[in-house]
Amino acid sequence: MATRASDAIRARANGLAGLAATPAGEAAITAAAVGILTLPLLGFDLVDIPGGVTLSFRPWLVLWAMAATFAGRLGMVYWRRRGAASFAAVFPTLPAARAATRLTPAVGPALIVAAVAIPFITDQYWLGNASNVLIYVMLGWGLNIVVGLAGLLDLGYVAFYAVGAYSFALVAQHFDLGFWECLPLAGALAALFGILLGFPVLRLRGDYLAIVTLGFGEIIRIVLLNWRDFTGGPNGVSGIPRPGFIGHPFQAEAGEDGVSPFHEFVAPIAEPIWALFGAEWEFDPIHRRVWLYYIILVLALLTNWFTLRIRRLPIGRAWEALREDEIACRSLGINPTNTKLSAFALGAMFAGFAGSFFATRQGFISPESFTFIESAVILAIVVLGGMGSQIGVVVAAAFLILIPEIGRDFAQFRMLFFGAAMVLVMIWRPQGLVSHREPSIRLGKAP
Amino acid sequence: MIDAAFHAPEPGVILEVERLTMRFGGLVAVDDVGFRAREREITAIIGPNGAGKTTVFNCLTGFYKPTIGRLAFSHSGQVFLLERMEGFRIAQRARVARTFQNIRLFPKMTVLENLMVAQHNVLMRASGFTVLGLVGWPAFRAAERAALDRARYWLDRVGITDKADGEAGALPYGDQRRLEIARAMCTDPAMLCLDEPAAGLNPRESAGLNALLRFIRDEHKVAVLLIEHDMSVVMEISDHVVVLDYGRKIADGAPEAVRADPAVIRAYLGEEEDDALPPEVAADLGRTN
Repeated sequence: MATRASDAIRARANGLAGLAATPAGEAAITAAAVGILTLPLLGFDLVDIPGGVTLSFRPWLVLWAMAATFAGRLGMVYWRRRGAASFAAVFPTLPAARAATRLTPAVGPALIVAAVAIPFITDQYWLGNASNVLIYVMLGWGLNIVVGLAGLLDLGYVAFYAVGAYSFALVAQHFDLGFWECLPLAGALAALFGILLGFPVLRLRGDYLAIVTLGFGEIIRIVLLNWRDFTGGPNGVSGIPRPGFIGHPFQAEAGEDGVSPFHEFVAPIAEPIWALFGAEWEFDPIHRRVWLYYIILVLALLTNWFTLRIRRLPIGRAWEALREDEIACRSLGINPTNTKLSAFALGAMFAGFAGSFFATRQGFISPESFTFIESAVILAIVVLGGMGSQIGVVVAAAFLILIPEIGRDFAQFRMLFFGAAMVLVMIWRPQGLVSHREPSIRLGKAP
Repeated sequence: MIDAAFHAPEPGVILEVERLTMRFGGLVAVDDVGFRAREREITAIIGPNGAGKTTVFNCLTGFYKPTIGRLAFSHSGQVFLLERMEGFRIAQRARVARTFQNIRLFPKMTVLENLMVAQHNVLMRASGFTVLGLVGWPAFRAAERAALDRARYWLDRVGITDKADGEAGALPYGDQRRLEIARAMCTDPAMLCLDEPAAGLNPRESAGLNALLRFIRDEHKVAVLLIEHDMSVVMEISDHVVVLDYGRKIADGAPEAVRADPAVIRAYLGEEEDDALPPEVAADLGRTN
């Protein structure tokens, strides 16, 4: 009896396997599986009715998912049969990334020109997005020093961003200092925290280092959340001063101190220019946003200049060598402690700068802005862009920050798109969008 | 550096190893070994597998702290006690450079960059610990040019100048071995420690290596300490041979004397029974004569 029953099961399984062997059969089985899975997820919907909620059944959505799966699977099977080697072979190498690799000298200046032009060609909404992207570009470039060059996997990078933001906000509040005075201080404090984190993790690498840095990021956030007397706890810090234009604030009227506001200060130059276009020069709140945009642009370019420059200095080469082989570094007389700590400190410093910019732009900060997801996004930017690639970080930051913005119309599905886009890019270019490494020094001419 | 007068070895001796013992738990990898290496000489450490040769190297270059022993390294009027120094300082201050049994290059960096990293400490000082380097200080530029010249010199010497801008990891095996020696020489060492430099080289490459090591000894006045299995290399170029077996020193002297030493033959070939010598081993022994 038992054998007959198992024979029957085997026969049925064989039948199923036989079915799965045909393209349509395989697609049908996949579609059926999707049907079972999506029935509870998509098939039912809670609907508000007077006096409560009721469950509505919407089979068409499930059928639609099944049909899409069927078609997709069928297409995939036929595609495979045609001998397409792999997913990566299906898509050609991203032409833009390839061009960026080859034309780096031309792409850099072109991007800078485009970045400078953005305030003149976009509206307020996209200007805000652009400066958001620039914050992440700067953070990506900063983290690139730690992860891309020195090879130290840091999952708590947002901690330094938070230290920068809070040190600016608190110092400005308590000592009545402006943005420019606080900026170096915020950078120095963040660098100090970088060293503080660096000491205990000197012996760690890879996964272990990632775990400790992850913990460090959480410690900073939780301290900010719970140290109410000092940081304001979950209420955060508000009333953070805005940077003025060489001391001239962006407001409609002169303040009590009698310093003329920005639009009056630059009126002698701006008025005739605006008159050329038939416009009138007057106070406009967008001036401050434009000014903030240029500040972050300059800060980001400074980070870029610094990184490009330091890669060609002995310390930059020592970072890369440390990433490649720490034991060989020791045998060459390189002090691994100093080398690692300097990478942590400098990477953290740029996060500190970005943090104070973030604080001054928002005017309000709270621990909520410095959660783990921020660290993850910054790390994703570095990895997606191609470890150690400067242009790659720009492309990846634009991609990762703008995709959720564009996806806003899709409401709760936007994170799904975000994830899917990342998975696709990683399958397509596992070594990052721009994976070319430019030697820091050459004997011959560059090809 | 310590009081030179007290510890000063006799002139011409660059390295004096005394009573070196290294224990890993219950295992005694090196047991009470003592030997000397002289300036401008090639000293070979040989011995069967597991004899403790690489452990001696790792003690010398700071990768292990010896359980017992004194490693006095002296040159240009200074004495360094290597057993007391941190690993990277042995390379930096005492100027002992080494290569590894399983090549350790920086594979994703270019050949030239590998040689520039080796000159890190000189360049770091010249760049004012990065500050002057960032602004392109002229003295740093000059130091960088000098470093580039030194790199080019060693590239020419080991014959890989045309591959200077390619990835080090993409080099053929023999070139990687030579690049590692060039990299060690770029640190401007007083003594060069080579861990099986001829491993995996073909006879032609092996002959080239011999010439290179002689050149390093004669032209650069650098003492060479090498671990080697290839007897043709050892017998041909070493001035002095130290033989280890089971962590102990069993012979020490000129190559000819060591080769004739019954203890050495026993260690390499088992108990001394002429009939038991396999013909190919006997032939091998004969060839090195």
